[in-house]
Amino acid sequence: MKSKATLKILLAAGVMGFGLSEGALAQNSVKIGSVLSVTGPSSFLGEPEDKTLRIYVDKINAAGGVAGKKIELVIYDDGGDANKARTFATRLIEDDEVVAMVGGTTTGATMAMIPVFEDAKIPFISLAGAIEVIDPVRKFVFKTPHTDKMACEKIFEDLKKRNLTKIGLISGTDGFGASMRAQCVKVAPNYGMQIVADENYGPRDSDMTAQLTKIKNTAGVQAVVNPGFGQGPAIVTRNYAQLGMNSIPFYQSHGVASKSFIELAGAAAEGVRLPAAALLVGDKLPESDPQKKVVTEYKQAYESATKQPVSTFGGHAYDGLFILVEAMKRANSTDPQKVRDEIEKTKGFVGTGGIVNMSPTDHLGLDLSAFRVLEIKGGDWNLVASGS
Amino acid sequence: MAEFLQFLISGLTVGAVYALVALGFTLIYNASGVVNFAQGEFVMLGGMVTVFASAAGVPLPLAALIAVAASIMIGLLLHRLAIEPARGASAVTLIIITIGASILLRGLAAIIFDKQFHKLPAFTGDAPIDILGAAVQPQSFWVLGGAAVVVVTLYVFLEHTLIGKAVLATAANRLAARLVGINTTTIMALAFGGSAAIGAVAGILVTPITLTSYDVGTLLALKGFAAAMLGGMGNPVGAVVGGLLLGLLEAFGAGYLSSTYKDAFAFLVILIVLFVAPQGLFGRRAVERV
Repeated sequence: MKSKATLKILLAAGVMGFGLSEGALAQNSVKIGSVLSVTGPSSFLGEPEDKTLRIYVDKINAAGGVAGKKIELVIYDDGGDANKARTFATRLIEDDEVVAMVGGTTTGATMAMIPVFEDAKIPFISLAGAIEVIDPVRKFVFKTPHTDKMACEKIFEDLKKRNLTKIGLISGTDGFGASMRAQCVKVAPNYGMQIVADENYGPRDSDMTAQLTKIKNTAGVQAVVNPGFGQGPAIVTRNYAQLGMNSIPFYQSHGVASKSFIELAGAAAEGVRLPAAALLVGDKLPESDPQKKVVTEYKQAYESATKQPVSTFGGHAYDGLFILVEAMKRANSTDPQKVRDEIEKTKGFVGTGGIVNMSPTDHLGLDLSAFRVLEIKGGDWNLVASGS
Repeated sequence: MAEFLQFLISGLTVGAVYALVALGFTLIYNASGVVNFAQGEFVMLGGMVTVFASAAGVPLPLAALIAVAASIMIGLLLHRLAIEPARGASAVTLIIITIGASILLRGLAAIIFDKQFHKLPAFTGDAPIDILGAAVQPQSFWVLGGAAVVVVTLYVFLEHTLIGKAVLATAANRLAARLVGINTTTIMALAFGGSAAIGAVAGILVTPITLTSYDVGTLLALKGFAAAMLGGMGNPVGAVVGGLLLGLLEAFGAGYLSSTYKDAFAFLVILIVLFVAPQGLFGRRAVERV
């Protein structure tokens, strides 16, 4: 009998203690949620995002937190599965009660999670590429990465400068390649571009010489554009050189903007141009460039903490986190509604992806200046001076 | 003409890889009646182990040997730890076990190696060779030659050696094979080891062309399986013809028809063939004796 009573008291004390510590924590901390594809087929995107968030949340907390509170980061791994992402989104809102979310590695996962955050009225800064995330504009949804439409426009802008108007497309049939191909076809007339050849390849194909031979034999092709992702573009680039097509200017997309592309494509990559974020060429930017400081600092922090080369994907997470943190600082509050309003008022935010100017009609806030045209020379990225 | 040749050689190179994967299927199928869906993972292991060994400073030929040895080890372990304990189970159960093994191997590779794409240098340089106007990578000849060597070796082994005949006997009737004194467990292990070696060789030969990563095996297993079905499951000649045919279908489909529908076109042809000849082009008609 006695032991039972003791147990009851102990239990009660335990429950109370639990309640107390939870309450205390809630007052001094603000919960930011994240659902990322840390494992699975999109892990090369999710992993750097995950590392970036952890590195910078620690840094922010060490410097005193935001609006007087420490950030408590809750990260779930969806493994690249949109269904799981949605489940975790619900968990973030109902169980963890986060005030904002920076995450959503893939477009699929982001689209699946959007309704959950819209219903709960919690701001959601997505790290996914496709334009569908912010077009049409949804009240609580923002994103940081450039869109594929902007990449097409940047490529066409460069082609126009070189007086090349007849282009051949060779696109991957994966989500990224297919979406960018559609955007390129859509914006081509705005730049006077004429698509004279339009070929495709599977994301896992190991030889694209058949498609390239067809493009090569199409009369009047002045340049070739390859919207694609992963190892496909590297093989296309190698086949391009194999077929001796180097005299035709060749454009890759921002999807291959990592050092491993140059490594995989080898000497065949010489002379290839692509649009990419400033982060890749941080050390080559002129001192006067407004992004220089941000990108070199991020690169240094990421590489010294992870011992891995920096990628633009982690940069998107950096931008998302700091857009959110600065909005919280300006609002001097962690109320989701107030934070959302401040995110929308973001002006002149210098991130790794570009200079962000959001508005009620633009929840991305980047313009074409966010992209730099790079050319691969001597096994490294080189800035193409505008006008050449 | 140059265009035709370009498509032809591109198709043959890709087809040779499918053929090697299909051969791996054939060997294990012949010994055990099991379709080993972890076959693609052997191709991945061959490429990945070679990449990482040569990155660690091992010369390329030695790295390739290490990769083949490692794959054979994994093949034997797969047989010993997963297939052998379930030897009484039906073929379907065993097939499901191999699917599980392929997921496990892929996951382990992602953790032990990494998730990036890797390449190997071409064995004899990158400068394309001009054949009547078609530009051919020298590595293509390595792939085609390597595939030919593997095919001939396997054919001689199966048809002209006692152990090879024991493999065929085990496939035909396990109980009867055991009754005439064949150690069927050893034969099965041999088949898994050999099939892993073939996969690894394929992986090493093609990595300079196709690049490799931890998950490169999935699609190769699928294409190799389609090739084996097309040629007739269990027939080495059929596996080779099926593989080359599939590669050619894809290349000519992409070149002359539409690159968007090249896979659909290839699989359509396979379906038609299987409608007309359900046992495949070279398959022996399965006879159920009652």
